[in-house]
Amino acid sequence: MFTACLTSALLQVPDIVHGPTSIFSPDGTPAHSVFGLSMLVLSICVAIFLTVAGLLIYVIVRFRHRRSDPNALEEPTQIYGSNQIELSWTVIPILIVVMLFLATARVIYSTQHAPKPANALDVTVIGHQFWWEYRYPKLGVVTANELHIPVSDPRHPTPTYLTLASADTDHSFWIPRLAGKTDLIPNRVNTMWIDPATTGLYLGQCAQFCGAQHAKMLLRVYADTPEQFAAWVIHQKQTAAQTSSAVEGQAVFQHNACISCHTVAGTIATGRFGPDLTHVATRDTIASGAVVNSAANLRAFVEDPAHFKPGVLMPPMHLNDHDLDAVTAYLMTLR
Amino acid sequence: MATQAPVNEALDPALQVAPGNSVLQILHAWITTVDHKKIGLMYIGSALLFLVVAGFEAILMRIQLAIPNNHFISPQSFNRLFTMHGTTMVFFVGMPILFGFGNYLIPLMIGARDMAFPRLNAFSFWCTFFGSLLLYFSYLGGNGLAGAGSAPDVGWWAYAPLTARPFSPGHSTDYWTLAVLLSGVSSIGSAVNIVATTISMRCPGMKLSRMPLLVWLYLVMSMLAFVTVSPLTAAQIMLMLDRYLGSHFFDTQAGGSAVLWMHFFWIFGHPEVYVLVLPAFAFANEIIPVFSRKAIFGYPAMVAASVGIGFVSLSVWAHHMFTVGMTAGANTFFVFATMTISVPTGIKIFNWLATLWGGKIQFKTAMMFAVGFLFQFLVAGLTGVMLAAAPFDWQLGGSYFVVAHFHYVLVGAILFMLFSAFYYWYPKITGRLLSEKLGKWHFWLFVIGFHLTFDFMHIPGILGMPRRIYTYEADRGWMFWNMVVSSGAFVQTIGTLVFVFNLIWSYFKGAVAGPDPWDAWTLEWSTTSPPPPYNFAVIPMVESRRPLWDIKHPEDFDQHYE
Amino acid sequence: MSEAAVVPHSSNEAWTLPSRGVVGMLCLILAEAAIFLIFVVAYIYYEGKSLSGPTPQQVLKLPIFATICLLSSSITVHFAASALHRGTRNMCSLWLAATVLLGGIFITGTGIEWYELIYHEGLTIQTNLFGTTFYSLVGLHASHVIFGLIMLLVTLLFSLSGKLSARHAYRVEVLSLYWHFVDAVWVVVFLVVYVLGR
Repeated sequence: MFTACLTSALLQVPDIVHGPTSIFSPDGTPAHSVFGLSMLVLSICVAIFLTVAGLLIYVIVRFRHRRSDPNALEEPTQIYGSNQIELSWTVIPILIVVMLFLATARVIYSTQHAPKPANALDVTVIGHQFWWEYRYPKLGVVTANELHIPVSDPRHPTPTYLTLASADTDHSFWIPRLAGKTDLIPNRVNTMWIDPATTGLYLGQCAQFCGAQHAKMLLRVYADTPEQFAAWVIHQKQTAAQTSSAVEGQAVFQHNACISCHTVAGTIATGRFGPDLTHVATRDTIASGAVVNSAANLRAFVEDPAHFKPGVLMPPMHLNDHDLDAVTAYLMTLR
Repeated sequence: MATQAPVNEALDPALQVAPGNSVLQILHAWITTVDHKKIGLMYIGSALLFLVVAGFEAILMRIQLAIPNNHFISPQSFNRLFTMHGTTMVFFVGMPILFGFGNYLIPLMIGARDMAFPRLNAFSFWCTFFGSLLLYFSYLGGNGLAGAGSAPDVGWWAYAPLTARPFSPGHSTDYWTLAVLLSGVSSIGSAVNIVATTISMRCPGMKLSRMPLLVWLYLVMSMLAFVTVSPLTAAQIMLMLDRYLGSHFFDTQAGGSAVLWMHFFWIFGHPEVYVLVLPAFAFANEIIPVFSRKAIFGYPAMVAASVGIGFVSLSVWAHHMFTVGMTAGANTFFVFATMTISVPTGIKIFNWLATLWGGKIQFKTAMMFAVGFLFQFLVAGLTGVMLAAAPFDWQLGGSYFVVAHFHYVLVGAILFMLFSAFYYWYPKITGRLLSEKLGKWHFWLFVIGFHLTFDFMHIPGILGMPRRIYTYEADRGWMFWNMVVSSGAFVQTIGTLVFVFNLIWSYFKGAVAGPDPWDAWTLEWSTTSPPPPYNFAVIPMVESRRPLWDIKHPEDFDQHYE
Repeated sequence: MSEAAVVPHSSNEAWTLPSRGVVGMLCLILAEAAIFLIFVVAYIYYEGKSLSGPTPQQVLKLPIFATICLLSSSITVHFAASALHRGTRNMCSLWLAATVLLGGIFITGTGIEWYELIYHEGLTIQTNLFGTTFYSLVGLHASHVIFGLIMLLVTLLFSLSGKLSARHAYRVEVLSLYWHFVDAVWVVVFLVVYVLGR
């Protein structure tokens, strides 16, 4: 009975190690090298803890003042110090520090000075309050919030090198399963690289406080097979679909302030303050990962962005119901 | 440790309020006082008040974070809460309470009648008190309370360019800057006083090598304060110039550097945490020996380690900036410096262990908190070593792992030693002992609550939860841990309430303490409890590190062992 | 357990400790030096990084005369303190007046320099990074000079009205420490801004 209860209780306890954004579920080289170092550091720290805490427990039990002690009323022998002992517990920690330091330095250099393969993919990431802009300079692709990259085969690596910049305040790019975080700082360019070995979706979010909606500046990185990635690139380079059913919605879009903030390739909308919407309907989420992409959510977002993200920089567009329906239908055609 | 017969009370006019003193007269006496003991108590009192306020801010945050996508607090309010919580705790709880204890104890421990500059002392207190009022007045400015006014919402580090006019158009940043500037002026004033008092006002015979370790640590902490607080003051002046005179120190549009603010802030921010922790070490150095019934092991090593920590702490600041994109060489340097500081810190822990070894340990409440401090500071130091490994920090930095680490130091080490100091010196300050029974309730409740919150807080960090977010996604696996963390906050609150009750109840009903309830060895225990305004009837002369030990054990003078 | 029975001081050995005024002032100087250091670091960091506007080479002239005046005032304030130490109050007043005068010339020089820079060269604190770091650093120093001049003036007035005597020499000594610090900072600022920075 007890075992049954215990087992079912244990099964309920969430996994404290693995998860969609756990640093202990690494995939890709940078995350793996950090993981290796972290296991070394952790084990040394655990060993130190067990030793010192063990001694501490021993001391407070063994040297408790006991009334039954025949010498209870006398003061214990006063010991003022010992140079040899001081030396020993100075030298041993120094040795541990040196060892840890060398192991750490190795990982720093291997990550930051990793030679960049010729076929690495270049992506420029520009952080905004509160969304992510992605530009692929050599491929001519501009998109937002959902980053597609090719998976990297460890035998023939095709890593993605990210150039990080910011249009406003500080942000930080953190996909725990792929790599440590690197900040996006205005007037400064940083770089990092990732090379997921497994296809799939990798999650993360902005890790440097950037204002009201910092919490909802989520990250989605899609590691595609080379074929999927190539197809995605081709699709992204196409200009916006022109659908006869959405002519009215397009008119609403183009006659309102939308075009001053957003770009829809091939139309007069060339704004850069907000995310590129050319292929918005193909994204899984809107509002930088905060909301599932559906017609209903899109409509609600356009009506009042603060409904999903209070403090977001997009103002409510004050459109009437009819125009809202039309513009939503138009946005849904932007595949 | 027999308590004294209540003979001393006849000698002590300080506790007695002369009949006919109106409330106004009492208030006037406190407001115009330049007596270090009263000033120390005002520092401690105001710090306790703001501890409760900032603690309440923490409770609100923990309720909001207990479940994902909660709507208990709005995003804007949450951002104000974590900013105010951090700013209050560091500048209007931590600094004042530690300077308060220092002010009270240092003259007594060196056989002086007051601090070197009594009026500067009073000025420092009122400066910081005004600063705290200014900070909280911000809640009323701007849009008023419902919009949470103009309370600062830029994080307690106030990173640029979030604090620039375009991104912080209201006055929230200004309230932060001005309140903290006032706190900085106050800290420098207190530090000047402590250094001058320690150097220039020791009683005859008290060479530097005979000073109580508490005084040594406050001396190091104050010297550190001079070169620590000033960079923040300078950076804040620059920030105000940017915001009001249109300068470009941190204006990235004009070529300014956001990273420069970070450097200046952390050149302040890292040594600042040592300014906060060194007094905790100071208390441990006095309390652990007394309750082990042994002299501190390795006095010279402890002094050297403390001075070493002070110096090294000035070189480690950029370990707060490992993710900023510094060169591999710079990152490596700061890894080395940061790991180095663990050596003198470890030496201190080992020396405390050695002090306990062979002793006759008495588990009064003060000692229980000190033992808690030892375990928890060990853990905090080790998680610090983990964070010092820069690549590990690339993952853990900016996450709840860091929040857990620094709360382990601030609460698990510093606050625990503060509680210990309260139980140890309250009898000296008030003439009455705090209730041991209530003390044990306080200890166990608080220890359980502390571990519930801050042990488990490491896990969301490992699972990828960044800090400073008002809510989180349900699919990350963070909810269970956040609930546990939040529940611990309530347990800590109950423990704290027991403590506050103890403070008040014992003032009226506590056992009379006499001058030396703990059978201790430093000079403050040679005068009455509470001490008279002039501290000592006759300025003492000392001949060793433990003058009262010499008197109680004339056959085993401490002087032999210098 | 004994109370208040610590050995009272009965020894005739001299127990002299450094004076608290000097220690306090040295601590203040340390803190202020740290503030100045940060402004100097900012100045050096931003050298050459202005996106536009006048450069130091274009607009800065070496303030030789003002510098000589300021540095000489350290000598005069030292004479003032020693004069008071010897009890010669009139000489103290004289040297204090000289110090105030020399400091005043320096500040006037700064004012004239700034007038030229703002109205004739178009350099303000808002113009570019050079303007930002120049005015803040030199301005911070100037504000410290002004504060020192006020303190010296007050001391001079006390001296002239006969209220100072030899037992106040120590306080004038402490004030002179502050003034020496202000001069030392100027040496650094002069080197960094006008010599190395141009």
